[in-house]
Amino acid sequence: MKYVDEFRDPALVAQLVKRIDASAARLPSRQQPWQLMEVCGGHTHAIFRFGLDRLLPDCVEFVHGPGCPVCVLPETVIDQAVALAQRPGTLLCSYGDAVRVPGTGGSLLEARAGGAAVEVVYGPRDALELARRHPDKDIVFLAIGFETTAPATALALQAARREGIGNFRALCHLVLIEPPLRALLADPQLCLDGFIGPGHVSLVTGTRPFDFIPAQYRRPVVISGFEPVDLLQSVWMLLRQLEQGKACVELQYRRVATTSGNSAARAAMEEVFEPAPSTEWRGLGSLPHSGLQLAPEYRAFDAAALLEPRAATGAEPGDPRCGCAAVLSGRMKPPHCPLFGRECTPATPSGPLMVSSEGACAAWYQYRQESADDRR
Amino acid sequence: MCLAVPAQVLSISDPSRALALADSGGVQREIELSCVIADGPPETLIGAWVLVHVGVALAQISEQEALASLALWAELDDGDGA
Ligand code: SF4
Repeated sequence: MKYVDEFRDPALVAQLVKRIDASAARLPSRQQPWQLMEVCGGHTHAIFRFGLDRLLPDCVEFVHGPGCPVCVLPETVIDQAVALAQRPGTLLCSYGDAVRVPGTGGSLLEARAGGAAVEVVYGPRDALELARRHPDKDIVFLAIGFETTAPATALALQAARREGIGNFRALCHLVLIEPPLRALLADPQLCLDGFIGPGHVSLVTGTRPFDFIPAQYRRPVVISGFEPVDLLQSVWMLLRQLEQGKACVELQYRRVATTSGNSAARAAMEEVFEPAPSTEWRGLGSLPHSGLQLAPEYRAFDAAALLEPRAATGAEPGDPRCGCAAVLSGRMKPPHCPLFGRECTPATPSGPLMVSSEGACAAWYQYRQESADDRR
Repeated sequence: MCLAVPAQVLSISDPSRALALADSGGVQREIELSCVIADGPPETLIGAWVLVHVGVALAQISEQEALASLALWAELDDGDGA
């Protein structure tokens, strides 16, 4: 875009860094660094890509949050998607980001190599189009994501219902941004001082899911854009609140985000979905009312009904050395995971954080290989 | 998948479904405008910039908004009490 240059302007960056340093110097001194969690995987990626963490003073650090939908996908959801892709007469459609996430028996890509029907689509409307063109097949869309992608799935399901497209279904693992933040803030082991809020989720939700953070936990929140200048300005705005002992939700990403979000998108979501009693998160366990399921009028589109009921194994499979849970909750830095860069690389991911370019481990691996000796 | 992509609306491809052809960095795709048209006809958005998430436009962005945020950066120069 035309105005992107301004948001990467080195002079502006240098000025912001000066402001951040000055603000940080005025914070009360303490032993542990001030931890600012960037909630969104898009922010994590930008921080590594532009090396923004290296511009911060020693007493301030980024902690990478749970806002990458691929990173929080539990293995069981991938297993269900694989089972559907292997089902005769079924085509499983997925966003490209999800096809490399390992399930207990491999990823969707591996399943496709073994003959399963998997198609990468740009969005749910493309999957719906496949359903229109192939009335003889069951087209299943793997609907994952936060409030940013849920409206698109809702609109596709509304169209399917309107047009009576009975061979289109969704395997839903849509999640909400507020519950994991509540879980992290309630964890007494974590000490997060401020939050960089996800600008694109807020396009839909507005600031409402973040209001509880200052209200109940007295921590500042700044909803941020994705360019270097956006993120640094957000850091500065957070430090300024901390310095002044304030805690409120501020909008840095004012050129796009609004406090009220997009009501048409929310209306579509509210018609098609309802809160699920509980939803499983990789790394965070099962959180109540943290995800969406199809509302009664849309249950006929639920792809889970096509699955053979399977005895729950109960056991959490996977490598016990995998550090995903600790990294996802900000307790561990990626290179401190024993698998990082050894068994687990972007080409051979053991965990979902190494799959998506928005995952903290993949971003660290891609942009920080040169400092691999940071590792202890 | 979770990053919004800016795109400029080129033409309306299916007015009944609020579908439009849009250009995003030289790549043309069909996008859905139903969340960004209040009540007016989709044609009013031709030429407009929108932020698109997995095929659905979720916000309109204007040059004005870009300028407004630039004004925000200008605050930095003025030393606004920080
Ligand atoms: S290195 Fe791999 S296994 Fe370890 S936390 Fe990252 S994604 Fe998980």
